[in-house]
Amino acid sequence: MNKRLYANTGVLTRLVFRQDRIRLTIWLAAFIVANLLVANAFATLYPSHAERQAMVETMMNPAVTAMVGPVYGLDNYTVGVMLAHEMLLLTAVVVGVMNILLVARHTRAEEEDGRVELIRALPTGRLSNVASTLLVYVMTNILLALLVAGSLMLLGIDSIDAAGSLLFGASLGVTGIFFAGLTAVFAQLSESGRGTVGLGMAVLLIAYMIRAVGDVSSETLSMFSPFGWIVRTETFVNNYWWPIFVTLGISVLFIGAAFYLNAIRDMEAGFLPSKAGKKQASRLLLSPFGLAVRLQRTGIISWAIAMFVLGASYGSILGDLESFFAENKMMKQLLGPVSGVTLTEQFITMLMAVLAMISTIPAMMFLLKLKGEEGKGRAAHLLVRSVSRIRLLGSFLVLALAGGWVMLSLAALGLGVVGNAVMEEGISLGTFYQSAMVYLPAMWVMLGLAVLLLGWAPKVTVISWLYLVYSFIVVYMGGLFQLDEWVVNMSPFGHVPELPVEEVSWMSLLGLTGIAVLLLVAGAVGYRKRDVQGG
Amino acid sequence: MTVLTTNNLTKHFGKVQALNGVDIEVRGGEVFGFIGPNGAGKSTTLRILLGMLKATDGEAIIFGKDAWKDAVNLHERIAYVPGDVNLWPNLTGGEVIDLFIKLRGGKRNGRRDELIRRFQLDPTKKCRAYSKGNRQKVALVAAFSSDADLYILDEPTSGLDPLMERVFQECVNEVKQQGKSVLLSSHILSEVEKLCDRVAIIREGRIIESGSLSDLRHLTRTQLLVETKQPMTELASQPGVHHVEEKGSAVVFQVDSEKLDQVLAYISTFGIVKIESAPPTLEDLFMRHYEGVEGE
Repeated sequence: MNKRLYANTGVLTRLVFRQDRIRLTIWLAAFIVANLLVANAFATLYPSHAERQAMVETMMNPAVTAMVGPVYGLDNYTVGVMLAHEMLLLTAVVVGVMNILLVARHTRAEEEDGRVELIRALPTGRLSNVASTLLVYVMTNILLALLVAGSLMLLGIDSIDAAGSLLFGASLGVTGIFFAGLTAVFAQLSESGRGTVGLGMAVLLIAYMIRAVGDVSSETLSMFSPFGWIVRTETFVNNYWWPIFVTLGISVLFIGAAFYLNAIRDMEAGFLPSKAGKKQASRLLLSPFGLAVRLQRTGIISWAIAMFVLGASYGSILGDLESFFAENKMMKQLLGPVSGVTLTEQFITMLMAVLAMISTIPAMMFLLKLKGEEGKGRAAHLLVRSVSRIRLLGSFLVLALAGGWVMLSLAALGLGVVGNAVMEEGISLGTFYQSAMVYLPAMWVMLGLAVLLLGWAPKVTVISWLYLVYSFIVVYMGGLFQLDEWVVNMSPFGHVPELPVEEVSWMSLLGLTGIAVLLLVAGAVGYRKRDVQGG
Repeated sequence: MTVLTTNNLTKHFGKVQALNGVDIEVRGGEVFGFIGPNGAGKSTTLRILLGMLKATDGEAIIFGKDAWKDAVNLHERIAYVPGDVNLWPNLTGGEVIDLFIKLRGGKRNGRRDELIRRFQLDPTKKCRAYSKGNRQKVALVAAFSSDADLYILDEPTSGLDPLMERVFQECVNEVKQQGKSVLLSSHILSEVEKLCDRVAIIREGRIIESGSLSDLRHLTRTQLLVETKQPMTELASQPGVHHVEEKGSAVVFQVDSEKLDQVLAYISTFGIVKIESAPPTLEDLFMRHYEGVEGE
């Protein structure tokens, strides 16, 4: 090895492992457990050939193809095929995300924070940092491939054979290596860790979308996306290995390019010029509320787009629903039969609950950003000036309330507009919107709880997230697991009238609103008199 | 014996010229002060010396080797402390110190623990919990516990309290007594005055002054406070006299060191009642070059 370039790579490799040992264990465990659970669930829910063939009929529509890739193995849709068809791509996307986040963190973010400077001043090679990072992540992805393959084989499901399991694992592994290499290249181009992650995520999204469009309309287009390659392994049927080798080959090129670019550039410099920011603050920024909005602008815009797309993608399947439900006993169980309403309408009530709870995520993030600001000592910059605690809290709360409403509205509009385009008998847009808006009081209760914690127990604001997760599980899965009524009623989302199936119940809406107001006031009182944290 | 030299060191960042022909020379066993305002090019120079930036033109030679090409070999003999130390938040200070020692190819020795004690560092804390000063102590302990021949220190005391600053100064003097060289970039002029044998001042990417402290003092001015019986009407127009200000019945002004003799002869003719002089400090020198208008 060339000492000038790679000296001490071994020690640095151990350093990366030491830092990531817990993080990597959790990621790997999550990938393995998720795939095992799904494989098991499919085997239990669709035990017979006939049931799986019925299931695959409903999968043969453009919306599903766009989401998870083209259907294959039609004549014998085994549990293995079902797993690979529905899980491989989505898992690969998440593996890509993991590699982008972690590789960017160890390369450009490390350099931006000045830690590479300390390392480079010691007898280490110019490329030792990027080399040790890639070494760790190539090994991690290989380990992921082997562990996923091994654990699937151990399941003892006939159709999940050794050859297919290995290919399934390998597909995930090479996708990981592909994005690790790509991110290493972006780490040379961008001057910041955020920029590196941004470029990586943008390519990942574009690759996913190119494949979605390609899989629906043009095979050739899909060949321009790494995701397009791996969904063509036809795992558990034909077990094609060429996508693995193509992905690996291109990954090697990326890694070579990253090394080359790293070797010829100055430390902390990037090949993409960084754009100069604004010289003066816009008038919109000059208030605590303006600051709260400006700090989270990217998040607000991204969530707004994401919520509309999410609503729209649910909307796109509304047309095929009745035929789908006729054959799927899991969904029937999930919804529970109600006389006098269509299954589509029933499904919409469930979608609304899901969309409302997902819209609560950005709303709570916008609010709890204040906690991060406080912990980093930045909230103090405002509080030492003539900004009262209530005004500061109020600014973030108003943003959270407005944000939650906007997100839910966009999701409902996306659902309604696209849903009406594909349904034979349309449902008015007003009905869609109304069915969504009844969830606002439940969202306010969640925000109220977050404010209460922010005011009285800022160290454990995570409780509000756990409560949201709890709500999600009991409301979404309540029917499937046949949970008791009171378990569902513990969540504010369990009290919302299910429009358009049920009538508007003003009692429960006012009740929820009342609770929300109480929580908000109590939280504000606490926030006003407690110590400011961090610094 | 010369340890480090730069020859016409030039660095462009795109269109910006950060260094414009920097020449410095550090000799064996000396502490060399490197001073200049923010953005003058101090850190750029040091980073070129450490092989992190590639000079656009000119050369940087340390121990007879090229700073860019032989970086890895050179770094076995160099210890570096940056002004802004960032560490891995989930490692402890002790772990980071050991990592740095290991990367240098050294072994844990008694010196590490002695320095931890002298700098009053708690090595069991995670780095995310350290203040700026404590992170700096981690870097200083790692640097001084190594067996380097050249110490490159970039504003190493910017987060330390006066007590720790003194420990730092002791450490610098100790390595100097062992015949090692130190290149110290600093904003704290009293520190430079206390520690350094020779000094270079950099401004806008150029070395504008360099030499031993006593050499440089010849270029400085002495501040005088004088009270005379008769008013000195023509004082301001005397050669070598600057910044004349009235302070009650007295006059405060500055005199170029080389004109001190003539000026004193002139004011003695007005009947001196009171005279106070302040010694020329590096700060005056520094300020004079910062302002950069007069005297050029």
